[in-house]
Amino acid sequence: MNNKTSASLGLANMWVAFIFFAVAAVLGLYQTVERMDIIPGLKSPELYFASVSTHGVLMGFVLTTFFVMGFGYYAASTSLKQEIWSKPFAWFGFWLSLIGVLIAAVPLLTGNASVLYTFYPPLMAHPAFYIGATLLVVGSWVWCLQMVMMMSSWKKANPGETVPLVMYGTTANAILWFITSLGVASEVLFQLIPWSLGIIDTVDVGLARTLFSWTLHAIVYFWLFPAYIALYTLVPAAAGGRVFSDQMGRVAFILLLLFSVPIGFHHLYMDPFQAAGWKFLHMTGTFMVSVPTLLTGFTVIASLEVAGRLRGGKGLFGWIGALPWNNPIVLAALLALLMLTFGGFGGMINASYSMNAMVHNTQWITGHFHLIFAGTTVIMYFGTAYYLWPKMSGKALYSTKLAVYQLWFWFIGMLVLTLPWHQLGIAGQPRRISSTPYDESLVQSWITAEYAMIAGGLVLVVSALMLVYNLFKTHGNAQAETNLEVEYAESLHSTARMPKLMNSFGFWVALIVIYMVASYGYPILQFFLMETFGTVPWSI
Amino acid sequence: MQDPLKAICDDDLERRWLWISLLLAGGMGFLLGMYALKSNLHPPSNVETIDSSRLHLTEEFAEDNLGVKENEDGSLTVTMVAARYGFFPPVIEVPTDTPVKFRVASADVLHGFHVPYTNAATMIVPGYVSEVSTSFPTAGTYSFLCNEYCGLGHDSMWSRLTVVNKTDGGDK
Repeated sequence: MNNKTSASLGLANMWVAFIFFAVAAVLGLYQTVERMDIIPGLKSPELYFASVSTHGVLMGFVLTTFFVMGFGYYAASTSLKQEIWSKPFAWFGFWLSLIGVLIAAVPLLTGNASVLYTFYPPLMAHPAFYIGATLLVVGSWVWCLQMVMMMSSWKKANPGETVPLVMYGTTANAILWFITSLGVASEVLFQLIPWSLGIIDTVDVGLARTLFSWTLHAIVYFWLFPAYIALYTLVPAAAGGRVFSDQMGRVAFILLLLFSVPIGFHHLYMDPFQAAGWKFLHMTGTFMVSVPTLLTGFTVIASLEVAGRLRGGKGLFGWIGALPWNNPIVLAALLALLMLTFGGFGGMINASYSMNAMVHNTQWITGHFHLIFAGTTVIMYFGTAYYLWPKMSGKALYSTKLAVYQLWFWFIGMLVLTLPWHQLGIAGQPRRISSTPYDESLVQSWITAEYAMIAGGLVLVVSALMLVYNLFKTHGNAQAETNLEVEYAESLHSTARMPKLMNSFGFWVALIVIYMVASYGYPILQFFLMETFGTVPWSI
Repeated sequence: MQDPLKAICDDDLERRWLWISLLLAGGMGFLLGMYALKSNLHPPSNVETIDSSRLHLTEEFAEDNLGVKENEDGSLTVTMVAARYGFFPPVIEVPTDTPVKFRVASADVLHGFHVPYTNAATMIVPGYVSEVSTSFPTAGTYSFLCNEYCGLGHDSMWSRLTVVNKTDGGDK
């Protein structure tokens, strides 16, 4: 079944995602050159920080939210074989989010919201920035509700049956995002918007940062979720195999849902105003959240091995060569897993309560999240887009060869960009700087890595434009796509007897509420129990 | 005894991997936790409020009282103010192998400090007093960098920390 509404919703959302992505990629290249001080005429902190803020908002909020929504609508209707719950409401959410982005873009591009995508009070942006960002989030809540309603109406219509894995994961992400976004929503609605409009005079920066940390870690899992879902459900089928275990996929999704929100304090390790014990508690949760990723690594690699052996691969490693490396979504998955491995090692350092002090706010962190997010996650967005575009548009992909080159470019560019960043971080380079007017000996030790950074940025921009070109040309392709069916991988192990807990969310949501009260209750309450001093707004 | 994970996982190989993952994550958390507790290595986590707009009226952070002070037990306390775009006092000298406690307050926005190649680092948040304890085993001149975006002049917010050999430092 090819549902027309969900295909247009999928395409509209994903086009918004990729157009803004391409703009942000170009800004990224400019930033690598500007911060190194090699072209004197280019130097401008005003432009640099406006660019960094825009790059962060577009990549972190716009590319991700729209891609997740587009993927969710299309995956829900194709896997459940069901119409979108409410079509007008879905389009309303899309337009609300898009209008929000356009409203926020004005202050961002004119340098009136250079407060970075993490908001950073008491630096104050133009109110339009906070209001636009809020509309984007509210629009995405429409999507959350649609996913939950689609899963529950399907369950009512199919009593006793197992919800398809792709839909189970997508609904888990919708619930995750709703819970996650409540932190930043409270910060923006109760603190930043009234403050920027002059209704209140001061904000408590400690409270604002605590609320933001609620969102700041779990949001990366909101971004990562569709990548994992594609790894479990689309990649094994595209590689010619089966998913090793449907049930373990559910376990991984549940663990991500449970452990990703109540651990945000690892972003506050170096902040005063929260006691060490709370940070320690959040650290243990941070290590627990690596379990679903380790599990995903196993299941996906095992699924690929099944595919490789079915394709005639022999021996301990022979199956790897037998995989279809020229199939974009399979190639994307293999490269994503490699980058996830590198990035995961770095993550262990940042996650550690004591070692983090050496790398906090250095370029190491930028390297880490570019590997995991811009690397692993975004390359899976590309692979998924190459797979879904022909099905959604009805036209064959313009060029598979171009897609394969594009993915390799992205992988190479990302490694050339991020591995030197880790080195820069250990050598003490702060992450958010527009120039390096520091001690000569320190600056000299950074030079080689910085040239690598520019080279990496250049390769990445070329790759980004190749993606957009290929997708654009697909719409005008004279050749129609012959196979419009989305093939979700079947499970090697039977899914007929699925435990109720792995086919529903009620129990898990209750558990998250308890865990959140335990890990965030007192840390938030304390600001109302002690005498605190708010801070007046400061311009950049 | 039956494997408790059998309830959620039928496949022997995968269940073994699940155990390894749990032990790996639990083991890392446990080791790092024990290490931090044993060597008393905690992130800066002082819960203490202050009115950042009136620092000059407090005794501790008034301009004349900033800088390095020796405590009765021989350890040092360094009191500093971070304000756009500098650290006050701008030059700090401490001896090697001596416990140093930095107490820092912001007069305006968010700041941070980091001394590269050491674990001397903290965020500096308006409304709160940051406290970080460390010691410096190697003598030399270190950069003392603001590592948190604090406005358009953020790049130029840095100063120096000099660590002198304890024996050369005289009776300081």
